[in-house]
Amino acid sequence: MSLELNIDELKKELEKKPWLIEELKKGPWPGFITEYERMAARKEITKRMMCQLELSYRNRTTLWKHGGAVTVKGYGGGVIGRYSMIPEIGPPSGSHTFRVNQPAGWFYKTDKLRAICEVWEKYGSGLMNLHGSTGDIILLGVDSPEVQECFENLLDVGYDLGGSGSVLRSLSCCKGPALCEWALIDTLDLYHDLTMTYQDYLHRPHWPYKFKIKISGCPNDCVAAKGRADLAVIGTWRDEIQIDQEEVRNYVKSGLDIEHIVKNCPTKAMSWDGNELKIDNKECVRCMYCINKMPKALKPGKDRGATLLLGGKATILHTAFIGWVIVPFMKIEKPYKELKELLEKMWDWWDEHGRYRERIGELVYRLGMNEFLRAVGLPAVPQMVWHPRNNPYIFWRPEELE
Amino acid sequence: MPEIEFKGQKYIVDEDGFLQEPEKWSPELAEHMAKIYEGIDKLTDEHWKVINFLRDYFKKYGIAPPIRILCKTTGFSLQKIYELFPSGPANGACKVAGLPKPTGCV
Ligand code: SF4
Ligand code: SF4
Repeated sequence: MSLELNIDELKKELEKKPWLIEELKKGPWPGFITEYERMAARKEITKRMMCQLELSYRNRTTLWKHGGAVTVKGYGGGVIGRYSMIPEIGPPSGSHTFRVNQPAGWFYKTDKLRAICEVWEKYGSGLMNLHGSTGDIILLGVDSPEVQECFENLLDVGYDLGGSGSVLRSLSCCKGPALCEWALIDTLDLYHDLTMTYQDYLHRPHWPYKFKIKISGCPNDCVAAKGRADLAVIGTWRDEIQIDQEEVRNYVKSGLDIEHIVKNCPTKAMSWDGNELKIDNKECVRCMYCINKMPKALKPGKDRGATLLLGGKATILHTAFIGWVIVPFMKIEKPYKELKELLEKMWDWWDEHGRYRERIGELVYRLGMNEFLRAVGLPAVPQMVWHPRNNPYIFWRPEELE
Repeated sequence: MPEIEFKGQKYIVDEDGFLQEPEKWSPELAEHMAKIYEGIDKLTDEHWKVINFLRDYFKKYGIAPPIRILCKTTGFSLQKIYELFPSGPANGACKVAGLPKPTGCV
């Protein structure tokens, strides 16, 4: 890096007031600097983190080194190691991040939250972020000597580390049946069951890279599973939308523009004759639009399960991917045997063929959906559209031609 | 950079204890590192099986092996490897074997 780090110069810079980070206290939004200051008054590590932050802004560069290998005994993930380039001013022996596995649907009892805060004030910076984009509780800034004991204290409270590195990342699920009338599957139980079943994969890196599972109770997809998860489990139904015609008419009477809704159905599956609403369920793609618009009149069908999509991710190696349907409909019932068997086959195949830091979706792109389907024993079906109106090119193998 | 001292010699390590001068690695130093970083009193044949494989693989390919290959070749389950090296294959075994720090795992 090009910046010359002269510690004495940097120390002098800190004497110049006001600090730039003061700016972040202005404006209508609550800023994090106020919280920093509060903790910095009590904790040395937090004070040092704040000094380093100020110098980062002044020098327009990060002052954190790249990489760090910090773990607790028995685990390979969950702590993200981070060291200062200026340990004389910043945190002298690291300022590591703990990812703490959130409970299903992010429900907490207040006494547990307090207990987590107490542990973190004792061992770490006292600063936390609920929640990071991974879904975990993010605890920011603990130094190396405190890592193990801090972890053990969190265990005593009843919390465990989440995933980081090439592991099964902490899952995430929407609030589902706990709060939402649209939940078509028990997202919370599935989350909990998979988390407990795959503890080993969650804490110990096995694979070429990370693997994310996100679970939404219905196609509204409130945890944005389809764009962010290697495996998205999204609640759906396979029979017919339940219609209460009387309620439809009530909506119309109270001024709802039903023609507009009929027109906006993406597959033009609806029609309205002034008295009755008809839905051609063969054409319906379960987008939830009409149901969201008329919740009293329309309900999802009764035969419920989930659609599985593979390979959603943000841009890193390749461009951003949206999930690709691999199972249009699967029943999601305890003990989730079918889903688990599929998951394990997927992992085996990926582990065997994946390159270093290749997500499973990227591997499917490299070797082809056909190879993937054969390896995990899934049939090729028309719902596996790659992009809308795009042929996924599933080819016959030479030995299958007569 | 921090240092560790062993038999009157100084060795430069990084913040996480990874050896910075790989040519100075020796089996005796490995014993010492295992003690201070992993709390292992005496390295057994099983430990050495892992360490030797890691070193051989690194010499040949210039990187640490994938976990799958490590388990397959040594015949140890990942569970077993964590029993041998509590900090795991990367932060424990690779460190004792004198390999460079596995890069950025976020
Ligand atoms: S994804 Fe569906 S079930 Fe889950 S919270 Fe959102 S609307 Fe409700
Ligand atoms: S759920 Fe979507 S596709 Fe199906 S009928 Fe309603 S608007 Fe049309």
